[in-house]
Amino acid sequence: MGLKAKNAVLTRDHIENFLFVFPAVAIFCIFYIYPFYKMINLSFFDWKGIGPMHFAGLANYAELMGDRLWWDSIGHAGYITLIALTFQNALAFALALACDREIRLKRFYRAVFFIPPVLSEIVVGLVWNWILNPQMQNNHPVGFLNHFLYATGFPQLMHNWLGDPKTALTTIAVVNAWKGFGWGFIMFLAGLQTIDKQLYEAARVDGAGSWKTFCNVTIPMMLPVILVVVILTVLGCMQVFVLILALVSEGLVNHTDVPVTRIFSAMQNTNRFGYACAEAVIFGAVLIATSFILKKLADRARQL
Amino acid sequence: MMRGRPSLAICCALVLTALAGCGQPQKPSNKVLLWHWMTDRHDTLLQLAKQYGQETGVEVTVQLFAPSESYSQKVIAAAQANILPDIYGVLDKKSIVADFVKAGLIADLTGAMEADGGQWKNSLFDKALADRRFDAGNIYGVKPGIYGAPIDVTNEQMLYNRKLLAKAGIASPPQTWEELIKDFQALKRVGITPFVSGWGELWLLDCFASNYAFNIMGEEKVFATYRGEVKYTDPDWIRVFGLFAQLRDTGALMEDIVTKGNKYAEQDFALERAAFSFNGSWCVNVYKDMNPNLDYGVIPPPPVTDVRPLKIWGGAGSSFVVNNQSPNKDKAIAFLKWLTAKDQQAFLAKATNNLPANHEAGGLVSKVLEDFARGMDNSTHPSIWPLNEDPSVVEAFDKGIQDIIIGQKTPQQVASAVQQVKDRQMSKGSR
Repeated sequence: MGLKAKNAVLTRDHIENFLFVFPAVAIFCIFYIYPFYKMINLSFFDWKGIGPMHFAGLANYAELMGDRLWWDSIGHAGYITLIALTFQNALAFALALACDREIRLKRFYRAVFFIPPVLSEIVVGLVWNWILNPQMQNNHPVGFLNHFLYATGFPQLMHNWLGDPKTALTTIAVVNAWKGFGWGFIMFLAGLQTIDKQLYEAARVDGAGSWKTFCNVTIPMMLPVILVVVILTVLGCMQVFVLILALVSEGLVNHTDVPVTRIFSAMQNTNRFGYACAEAVIFGAVLIATSFILKKLADRARQL
Repeated sequence: MMRGRPSLAICCALVLTALAGCGQPQKPSNKVLLWHWMTDRHDTLLQLAKQYGQETGVEVTVQLFAPSESYSQKVIAAAQANILPDIYGVLDKKSIVADFVKAGLIADLTGAMEADGGQWKNSLFDKALADRRFDAGNIYGVKPGIYGAPIDVTNEQMLYNRKLLAKAGIASPPQTWEELIKDFQALKRVGITPFVSGWGELWLLDCFASNYAFNIMGEEKVFATYRGEVKYTDPDWIRVFGLFAQLRDTGALMEDIVTKGNKYAEQDFALERAAFSFNGSWCVNVYKDMNPNLDYGVIPPPPVTDVRPLKIWGGAGSSFVVNNQSPNKDKAIAFLKWLTAKDQQAFLAKATNNLPANHEAGGLVSKVLEDFARGMDNSTHPSIWPLNEDPSVVEAFDKGIQDIIIGQKTPQQVASAVQQVKDRQMSKGSR
């Protein structure tokens, strides 16, 4: 085979290879790169979603910097995330530890704990709306929680959980944690099952008690899993949206706003698509920066 | 040497097929595609589409996209991608409808409406048509014309539960705001929640507030506020905000009213958990499904003063527009004309308990719907106002009222906060 013929074969191979990856690259560009570029581009315009676009330069970003409601909403999302990181993940870890041992009905518990995360957020919202309903009918509470408090002799604790600015966000955070803990539970359980049992036996032979074994064997071995769960919890909770919509409709004034509801409101209520895109860009940057920091922490933890 | 050829050919074919599919011009056909958002009317629309196909041979495909918020976003996305169906609805402010018209995405139906001596136009309620009509000199800069056809009409009024009112010793529904507050107090005394509405949805709260703004200060002063000539800190506006403080202080409002979606509020009223409600005429169908034995009546919101009329929101309930770029535009218009004709409107009204847009189909509706229909004479709607408030101000206004209801702010504080947003928007020159 001559050099020319070899080159022709090589060229054809290159073209063929390119054509094989082309659909994937095209799909990636069309559905990921282009929308991302378009969103950044739109954030520099004043646009109602239809009709003429007016170039606004950095005006949307400048306005966003002084938008107290926007920064409050990031704070609210941070609070929901904090509850999830602590309460939700601690509960998930504790339950995973329990189910990792030889206990009765282990499989049943695993299935039950995994029900909330597979439910739609709308369904969870509907169920919790019924549980938290503050309404009274014929002098009796309609909602399950208030009815329970009333029936067990604690009527003074009955409350409008979602309608009071003091409790609304915490209530949402708790419902979000209830819905989300199953994911952490499954991941923690999978992580616990990969720990070599000989390590526990060696610790026991060395005279380590339960607490020392937990601190010196379980936690170090679980660190990579814990960090993955933390990253997923942060990214998931910061973007909470449907659950809030299902629980408090368009929100309790601005007390339950989170970044995605603000973005949605800018598009839906005020038809400010450019501003909504600027919010999305800033929010995306916050999430990327958070993920980057957590990734670095995870890498460092793996090296320890 | 032959190894790569079949796969190479397949790849090329796939790419070419994909490229060929892009931007292919639509050709005229005997099919019409309709997108809508009305879950309660879907089956009826399917039946009517089938009937139309049998009568004319034109195949009408009806596709449902719900809820309405998602539908709205879908239509805007389809408009940007230029893939709108032949018939669709624009569920947005009139300024957005105007942008659709200016972008050439909505056909002018004036010619068809006025053909045969205006037969089509004259058969429809004028207030329903006004929703999609742009008059000469309109502020949106749209060429005057009728850019859509209503398939039903609606308005928002107060509903009262006769049984619960009787329990509180109230013989007849209130005629004034003062009587309304007295009735609320009487209901509270016997442990009945006086009032519920879906005020977690801001538009419904806005509707209630603007009814009373029109009543207290008149529409000219309201529009003057929108133009920036009157401030929200004006005593009349504070009086409007004060009504909500009064409702709060009376204990009239259901506990979670500001986070309640209208579906939940409808459920509460249907299950007799509240004596009064504020809702649109579509509720007749909803209540019928939830509690067929519910005994209720309809009244306009009781006015605060009789110096000026209290106007309620009303007009076209659901409207369809025709895609101006559709190759099947004429067939789409013909279908809309058929859909809004007397027989089809009567069928729709009977099947879905909505007020027909065709006044010739009147008299076929229930007593409650008749009461709702009477309100049409006294109705108005932001879509027919000469100008609308800036959406950012509207949001601050509605959220401010929610703040009053939950006791976080006083009417004066809300008035100042709304005025601040107004000043900011005015200085931006966004109007």
